Amino acid sequence: MLNRVLFIVALAVSCFFMASVATASPVETFEFRDEVTKVRFQALSKELRCPKCQNQNLADSNSAIAIDLRRELYELLQQGKADSEIIDFMVSRYGEFVLYRPRVSSVTYILWFGPALLILIGVIVVIFILRKKPAAKVDLALNAKQQDKLNQLLQSDKENANQKSNNDKKDKE
Amino acid sequence: MNKVIRFLPLILVLALGVVLYRGLSLNPQDMPSALVGKTMPEFSLLTLNDETRTVTNADLVGDIVLLNVWATWCPTCKYEHPYLLELANNEQLKPHVKLYGINYKDERLAAQKWLQHYEDPYHFSIFDEQGTLGLDLGVFGAPETFVMDHHGIIRKRFAGAIDTRVWRKEFEPLIKQLILEKQQGK
Repeated sequence: MLNRVLFIVALAVSCFFMASVATASPVETFEFRDEVTKVRFQALSKELRCPKCQNQNLADSNSAIAIDLRRELYELLQQGKADSEIIDFMVSRYGEFVLYRPRVSSVTYILWFGPALLILIGVIVVIFILRKKPAAKVDLALNAKQQDKLNQLLQSDKENANQKSNNDKKDKE
Repeated sequence: MNKVIRFLPLILVLALGVVLYRGLSLNPQDMPSALVGKTMPEFSLLTLNDETRTVTNADLVGDIVLLNVWATWCPTCKYEHPYLLELANNEQLKPHVKLYGINYKDERLAAQKWLQHYEDPYHFSIFDEQGTLGLDLGVFGAPETFVMDHHGIIRKRFAGAIDTRVWRKEFEPLIKQLILEKQQGK
């Protein structure tokens, strides 16, 4: 019985370790001809997208296809291919999709110029709002008739107030 | 004019809602292959069952071809397998359509055993141990299925398992069209 428990524990532990090995980040090692090639490899593997796990680049992804493509990228670099040739190689197989920085074409105009266009529209709207003339100033001065009326009102108001205070005094007395 | 402007935000929000709602039902894995409309990339590989037989792209030209990428390490391929057998034995398709396999990054022995055990639906399977042909085809997993017309031009790529529903929706109309094209001698 004890042996069996120990066996299961050992199995669980080994499974755990195997799982943690499987999820470790990419560890394959490449020997580059020179420092420049290494930098180019790093840059390209960040620019190229993994076709399987679509929100990761080649550098990030652990999927089998990303490992293959990293190896392919390494071999193309070692063969002395230019960046543009490598990108053409990938695009001819996996489509424009593999580029995190899409090329400028009629399909991608909206991606490249959309934001600038929106800002432009925003600026135009703001300018229009600012330049809109404020409503014509209304002459607030009173004419003679209105002034008389106002004076009358104020007068009657005062009289009312006096009367009221007189009444109050009477009440107190 | 003013009234229209007052409703503009509402209209914009509704439009955004429609766009986002549509996004829910789109499959991001459903990508057009870069190879649709192009000829099959050149290759020269051995077949799975006969280690001495070399096949090239010329062996695939002439018929309407279904090229199925499969492997023993791929569980979805196992799910798909019975339907492939059904297709291979379909009397209506038999005279027109040929099914070939690409055994992708697999072990020869395991793959041969698989075909013995589950039956072999393919005319032959190309043994692509290193995945070089897969790379040239832009394969990023298994199963994947390519359709080629009788000129050897790739007309469709489908990533995922084929079953009755998928066949009816994705393949049947195209296959009918290709048969018609072939009969008309296009």
